[in-house]
Amino acid sequence: MTDGLLTSASAPPGVPLKRRLRRAERARQLKALALVAPLLVFLLFTFAGPIAGMLWRAVDDREVRQVLPQTIAALADWDGKDLPDEKAYAALASDVLAARAAGTIAIAAKRLNYALNGFRTILTSTARNLKAAPEPGTAKETLGKINPAWRERATWTTIKDASGPITGFYLLAALDLTRNADGAIVAALPDQAIYRQVFTRTFIISLSVTLLCLILGFPVAYLLATLPPERSNLLMIFVLLPFWTSLLVRTCAWIVLLQSKGVVNDSLRWLGIIDEPLRLIYNRFGVCVATTHVLLPFMILPLYSSMKAISPAYLRAAASLGAPPLTAFLRIYLPQTLPGIGAGSLLVFILALGYYITPALVGGAADQMISYFIALYTTETANWGLASALGAVLLLATILLALVYGKLVQGQQVTGGMKN
Amino acid sequence: MSDNSSLRTQSQRIAWTATIVVSTLVFIFLIAPILAIMPLSFSSGSYLTYPLPGLSLRWYDDFITSPRWMNSLKNSVIIGVASTALSMVLGTLAALGLAQWKSRLKPLVLAFVLSPVVVPGVITAVGLYFFFAPIGLTGSYLGLILAHTALATPFVVITVGATLQSFDTNLARAAASLGASPLEAFRRVILPLILPGLASGALFAFATSFDEVVIVLFMAGPEQRTLPREMFSGIRENISPTITAAALILTTVSVILLATMEALRRRNERLKAGG
Repeated sequence: MTDGLLTSASAPPGVPLKRRLRRAERARQLKALALVAPLLVFLLFTFAGPIAGMLWRAVDDREVRQVLPQTIAALADWDGKDLPDEKAYAALASDVLAARAAGTIAIAAKRLNYALNGFRTILTSTARNLKAAPEPGTAKETLGKINPAWRERATWTTIKDASGPITGFYLLAALDLTRNADGAIVAALPDQAIYRQVFTRTFIISLSVTLLCLILGFPVAYLLATLPPERSNLLMIFVLLPFWTSLLVRTCAWIVLLQSKGVVNDSLRWLGIIDEPLRLIYNRFGVCVATTHVLLPFMILPLYSSMKAISPAYLRAAASLGAPPLTAFLRIYLPQTLPGIGAGSLLVFILALGYYITPALVGGAADQMISYFIALYTTETANWGLASALGAVLLLATILLALVYGKLVQGQQVTGGMKN
Repeated sequence: MSDNSSLRTQSQRIAWTATIVVSTLVFIFLIAPILAIMPLSFSSGSYLTYPLPGLSLRWYDDFITSPRWMNSLKNSVIIGVASTALSMVLGTLAALGLAQWKSRLKPLVLAFVLSPVVVPGVITAVGLYFFFAPIGLTGSYLGLILAHTALATPFVVITVGATLQSFDTNLARAAASLGASPLEAFRRVILPLILPGLASGALFAFATSFDEVVIVLFMAGPEQRTLPREMFSGIRENISPTITAAALILTTVSVILLATMEALRRRNERLKAGG
């Protein structure tokens, strides 16, 4: 902050003041950039780089070309209309023998099995039964005898589709699409087409949670913004304490409250309202309640700051001009809270979209959101391409919403805080 | 609440009463779950149900004598403190730089710096998992500290940046005109004034790391499990009252953080009112 002054004062005399000032300003800007640079480099390594790597994995497709290089080369000029010629069969036989020796069959088998169920068996049975390189000219016959699948066009188009080095296969799969044997984009088989449903479910849960937060948060924010500061500061603790309490503690608390012998069921039974315990957790209800509890402060805080900025003079003016209270509220107050409503709702919606921990702990199998599948494919089944493709879709949705959010809060002071 | 002078008509009074009733219910909704699990940690029985069969400290004893839980507490503190320190250095420097930097690129850079907060935890975790595994940073403290620093630094940039915005740059000029070197001016004039902002940033950073579990789920080996991670498997596998003891400990930490934050805010307001 002081450098501008010092540099311009100590510059050599004789240089016009304007240029000296410009030079000083440039030095200042460079210094400012140098202060930001360490964080930028750090984030490149610990955040942007890893995410770019994930996006790359969503289109990366080099497994098959690494394991079956000759086959891929032989299929390069195959038109895909009929079965490939003898050359491709011989290349495959030679690749399979080499891969068996190197122990890499499983890598290609796994990738090809994603595209065509049963391909793992085709490839492993071929590797097991192919004793030696077939005599020249007999590869087609030999392989067809080992596994009749080699006489089908679909087997070969699957290999050609997976020849890489990049593919739209995983991204299409994330949207329940696939390519048929002719290369056209078609709907995926029903047993693989689950992701649109998961995205819809994620969207519906996030929307429900956002609406619940808005309905519950609006009166609270209004109360806090209207009360005199000494009282609202005290009540603010009710919002901030949950905000600062560990997510795991809050999730655990809801399990304790909502389980079949939990506080809620026991109270309802004691009051004689129910005879049998209600199923309140490990279902959609539990997910919505617990997630709303976790995200409610993110709605209340931006709403509160937007309401706090509304001068009561407007309402008084409306009243003095003869507006009934309800009209004044609807036409004067509410429109001024819209930026706060928008910011809070978007924030809650964005956070809900990528939610993982709470649904994983209090949801049933039918309530798992997109994050659950990304985690599942990363750590359990190691289908990294699909995990990355689903992640790419989620990231795209988040970025688009965040851009809208940025536009909305531009100029407004963001005091809501964003704690994950 | 009849003291509110703007309330005149009956319909307004009804609306106001309704606001209070609904708000009270929401406050109960927000606080009750946290209060409800506290007493369970003092139960002498092993079920998480009321009424309590009797009172005891056996679950705290269980927590303290369990190497698993104590190790996770230790890990949480180590990773929390280290990533707070690192994010304070990176975040404060960046906030100082951003306050002086004038460029059309600034909103873009700011958006990039703040993006770790908005990007879903699972995406960051999966990316880091792929990126850190080949270079041996999964299953290590260093990997977790770096990851948590990336998540925590935006909060430092926001809080310190907000403090700098309200900082009167004339004070720095005055220091310079009185002969202070830039470093001296920073140490003796700027630093004391932005210290509350730095402290809030540090609290936010620590809370972020202390509460984080998604990245730990993906990247921690058995040796680096943190307290929330241990709670996650506890809740998943079998909920024993030891978890509620851990929850009470975590909540106590939260209350201390929140109280410190509140004290800082009040001090700041007093200073502003006084200045």
